[in-house]
Amino acid sequence: MNSIGFIEHILFQCRVSGFLKYMISIQNISKVYDQNLKALEEISLEIEPGEIFALLGPNGAGKTTLISSICGLTRQTSGLIKVSGFDTLEDYKKTRSLIGLVPQEFPLENYESVIETVKFTRGLFGKSSNPSYIEKVLKSLRLWEKRSTPIIALSGGMKRRVLIAKALSHEPEILFLDEPTSGVDVQLRKEMWDLIIELKKRGVTVILTTHYIKEAEMIADRVGILNRGRLLLVEEKKELIKKFGKKTISVELKEKLHSIPEKIAEEKVYLSEDRHSIFFEVSNTKNKMSLSDTIKMIAETGLSINDINTTESSLEDIFLEIIAEEEMR
Amino acid sequence: MNFNSIKSIYKFEMARALRTIMQSILAPVVSTCLYFIVFGAAIGSKISELDGISYGAFIIPGLMMLSVMTTSVNYAAFGIYLPKYTGSIYEVMSAPISAFEVIIGYVGAAATKSILISFLILLTATAFVSFDIRHPIWMLVLLIMTGSTFSLFGFIIGLWASNWERLQLIPLIVITPLVFLGGSFYSTSMLPGFWQTITKLNPIFYIINGFRWSFFGTSDVPIGVSIFFMAAFLLLCIAVVSIIFRTGYKIRN
Ligand SMILES: Nc1ncnc2c1ncn2[C@@H]1O[C@H](COP(=O)(O)OP(=O)(O)OP(=O)(O)O)[C@@H](O)[C@H]1O
Ligand SMILES: [Mg+2]
Repeated sequence: MNSIGFIEHILFQCRVSGFLKYMISIQNISKVYDQNLKALEEISLEIEPGEIFALLGPNGAGKTTLISSICGLTRQTSGLIKVSGFDTLEDYKKTRSLIGLVPQEFPLENYESVIETVKFTRGLFGKSSNPSYIEKVLKSLRLWEKRSTPIIALSGGMKRRVLIAKALSHEPEILFLDEPTSGVDVQLRKEMWDLIIELKKRGVTVILTTHYIKEAEMIADRVGILNRGRLLLVEEKKELIKKFGKKTISVELKEKLHSIPEKIAEEKVYLSEDRHSIFFEVSNTKNKMSLSDTIKMIAETGLSINDINTTESSLEDIFLEIIAEEEMR
Repeated sequence: MNFNSIKSIYKFEMARALRTIMQSILAPVVSTCLYFIVFGAAIGSKISELDGISYGAFIIPGLMMLSVMTTSVNYAAFGIYLPKYTGSIYEVMSAPISAFEVIIGYVGAAATKSILISFLILLTATAFVSFDIRHPIWMLVLLIMTGSTFSLFGFIIGLWASNWERLQLIPLIVITPLVFLGGSFYSTSMLPGFWQTITKLNPIFYIINGFRWSFFGTSDVPIGVSIFFMAAFLLLCIAVVSIIFRTGYKIRN
């Protein structure tokens, strides 16, 4: 074993035994396009092996630019990116062979057949051919029947799956999905989520961007919010909902109110438009008002309750709030 | 060296030609026949011999060179331009493959295709005239060198081109005139003095003449000069390509 082979071997061992903590480590990267457009500003981020990480952000936030920098489609203006411990610029052959990328657009050649284009990617990434693996991938994406069809004859959802098949063709350890479910119907979306969860079970690290925040809520372990090239926060999805989420208790009353009774008039209590319900907004961390406290308070006012509902804010609400707060600054 | 990656690009590019196999085969065969009818039969009947060679045979190396040079440039330019145009270049850029390996794949495929086509022309020509090839090894060497060099040149054009028009421009206004005026169909001795001088400023003239020498053992210039021009052009293309890749010109922003 030569010295490079030896180092590789050690790194591999580290990864297997969990010593190599991060699959991807991004250190202070910035990207400036022409005309001084700052697409990324001083981003630092660590991604653990085997996690599903969702990158959220409005149009033009820099999500694609961040992914492109990691995959080698563009070069960061400054900063360092390491994939599995290797520098993406110096050791690009090692880092890129670990990565599969599903791009946002449909950059496919029209007259290519499905199976040929998938085989092409596998070869391009340095893997020798493996027809049974390709067959498995195509079957899992319901493309096997379409394998000889030219790309031009496929629907948008099928093309999306072809791109996924290409990305998986070389058995990557990391999969990037740039808006995998845009323009995809409900059933296929569900199937994609299942596929991503299945990949995670096999130990694949998945990084996805999405505008559809429900998606992040459904499958992500951690969430990062990007806006105008800056990473506003990175948090475990559950923590994020716990920290920023709000619970709203809505109490429907028998009688119509003119105003909120003095006894319960607090900062986070609102009257509904039809004046038949009162909303109590309960933050998950701050005032710990419980459901029974609320009922007790209402009982004290002498009002009679018709119905009680509780709703929790979704990741979407949290996302919108964080972006709005940032824009206010 | 990443052979699987190179093989993948090479095969992909060869398959592109196979998809339009009829056109790939028919076009050179038909145009060769036309050249022989027009130049060989019609004009050639007026010119009995050139440097002791029948006119029909004289134009064979010229035709092959014309074909190798133009198809190499076109195939290679198109081969790299199309993925740029469709966006599928993203794959090549995100693949664990060096610029050098990418070039070998694309340029190798373009050169192979153009050389195969020139053999098709040679084969078609046997139906019209009989001839011997004096130095077959040299012929092959020169053919491969020309095919590779012009494919590399085409690759550069494909990288540089930002629209279809630009892609066509250089082959149309530079390559085709230089090849036609480089003595594909005539010997310089047929030209008046002034035009002889002009022709000698054309680098392609030397390449075509060297190739003709490999067929008949005679030519307007010594073979060494021909090889020199060929190598110089090859080195120039290599230099340009390495500058392009060092600066990430036009692909990676
Ligand atoms: N090749 C480029 N040249 C110049 N500017 C670019 C380029 N690519 C992206 N940008 C700019 O960089 C910024 C970030 O773009 P990016 O595509 O990364 O956003 P995004 O978060 O992926 O957006 P979307 O949700 O619309 O896909 C935008 O302002 C965009 O205009
Ligand atoms: Mg994007």
